[in-house]
Amino acid sequence: MKERKKLTFWETVKRQWSLVVGLKVTGKNYIKPQITTHYPRQTVDNISTFKGHVQLVGKPKQPDVAKCICCMLCVTSCPSSCIKVVKMKPPKEDPIPEAAAPKDMPDAAQPAKQAPPKAKAPKTPVKWTLDFNLCSLCGTCVEVCPVKSIEYSNDSYLAGYSRKDFEYDLLADLKERAAKMPAPAPKKAPKAVEKETAEQAEA
Amino acid sequence: MNELSKALGGIPVELLHIAIGLVGLAAFVGLNAVLLVWMERKVAGHFQRRPGPFEVGPHGLLQTVADAVKLIAKQLFMPKGADRILFWAAPFLAFLPVFVTLLPIPWGDVIVAHEVNLGILLILAFAGLGVLSLCLAGWSSNNKWSLLGAARAVAQSVAYEIPMLLSLLAVVMMTGTMNLSTIVESQGSWPWLWLGAMQPFAFLIYFICALAETNRAPFDLPEAESELTAGFHTEYSGMGFGLFFLAEYANMIVVSGVATALFLGGWKGPVMDGPWWFLIKVYALIFAMMWFRWTYPRVRFDQLLNIAWKWLIPLAIINLLATAVYIKVIGLNLPMM
Repeated sequence: MKERKKLTFWETVKRQWSLVVGLKVTGKNYIKPQITTHYPRQTVDNISTFKGHVQLVGKPKQPDVAKCICCMLCVTSCPSSCIKVVKMKPPKEDPIPEAAAPKDMPDAAQPAKQAPPKAKAPKTPVKWTLDFNLCSLCGTCVEVCPVKSIEYSNDSYLAGYSRKDFEYDLLADLKERAAKMPAPAPKKAPKAVEKETAEQAEA
Repeated sequence: MNELSKALGGIPVELLHIAIGLVGLAAFVGLNAVLLVWMERKVAGHFQRRPGPFEVGPHGLLQTVADAVKLIAKQLFMPKGADRILFWAAPFLAFLPVFVTLLPIPWGDVIVAHEVNLGILLILAFAGLGVLSLCLAGWSSNNKWSLLGAARAVAQSVAYEIPMLLSLLAVVMMTGTMNLSTIVESQGSWPWLWLGAMQPFAFLIYFICALAETNRAPFDLPEAESELTAGFHTEYSGMGFGLFFLAEYANMIVVSGVATALFLGGWKGPVMDGPWWFLIKVYALIFAMMWFRWTYPRVRFDQLLNIAWKWLIPLAIINLLATAVYIKVIGLNLPMM
């Protein structure tokens, strides 16, 4: 045990004042207003700072269409492989050689890269799903997205009965949000993403 | 009195008085436990700047009722290798003496379950039984944490009971009686006429010891949850635990009641004397106990012994001697005697 300085009688008595100081501190906090919110009746007002599962960002002029160009960077960089993206198939006339796709990505993404540039393949996703059961919210997909089509949602009220409830179809989710959004809102979304990515870069 | 006894069919009036008093006290103990547990959680919540129980009933008032129902409905378990008789005797031994200690407490001018001339002695004697129940509970549980809790409870009681006795003795010297009602009557209505104003040290020492007596923070060593899971009541489920819980909250009322009667003028108070003053003072003291709980960290075992043996006992003896000298040399004029 560490050797302590021996206190004199009066020093010990004087130090008892710290007990009163402690009571003052707790007493003040007792009187101060509460800092928690009664959840079902109240919600926090800074929910925008919450970074939930990722969601797609719509185009500025077409908020119900994702900015995504199906580059598959998010899919390949995701450490938990929880993102699945299926690219829209090119028109049938285009003679694009079908290459064997990897098991993870049973889609036309890989062959599209190797396709000759003359055949202008569509760059819109037909399927964009997130398996939130596997996601660890590392944010790599948000960072890596070249067109800033992925952002964090503020969806903090998550509850479900089965794993299926957390397998999100983000294209449908985007359409749903676009339908609810007022007209100027979509412009804000990309900015928010930029901010977030900037913050991440700083961090 | 005899005529009244005859009218009641030969039942002694005094017996009837005690019976009614006990029923009243039993109801009070139950209700009080429900109220105090709610108050404890609310106070804890507010000290941590959160609302505390809020969902069951208005402001969570019925939360403890729900908890009580849960406790009653739970299965009673006994660990393997436990001493069956002692294991189940301990909760009752913790709970029953509380009624005896509540008997002589003067709630109001005439509201006393039973006038006892040696009221203080009775309370101290039966309060000592509480430690025995803790010891038995811990020992019979066949569990290391329980045993450690029991050992702590016993050592703790050795430490705090002496200064507690000595501090109360100073008041007994001043009033010349151990009857709680008489002691209250010897005090005036205003705070400067209370015995606590004349015996601040005795009051302080008594209150510190009372915290240890009720096993409340910062002296909650026997049930230190971060070290001993739940200490002596680790193995108790359902109402076995519930009885310990009831006893703890009833004990809080007893020690606060004694402090109120001896030092804070009992049911006497400014403007209008009455039992409401007694209750206000008791609950104010209990609030102070809860305040302490959320302010001070638990003392270590040797620290508690140091506080008791090196500080409280010498202080209490000096206080007692000073009181004796004062009474003998200068003489004492109690406000109402």
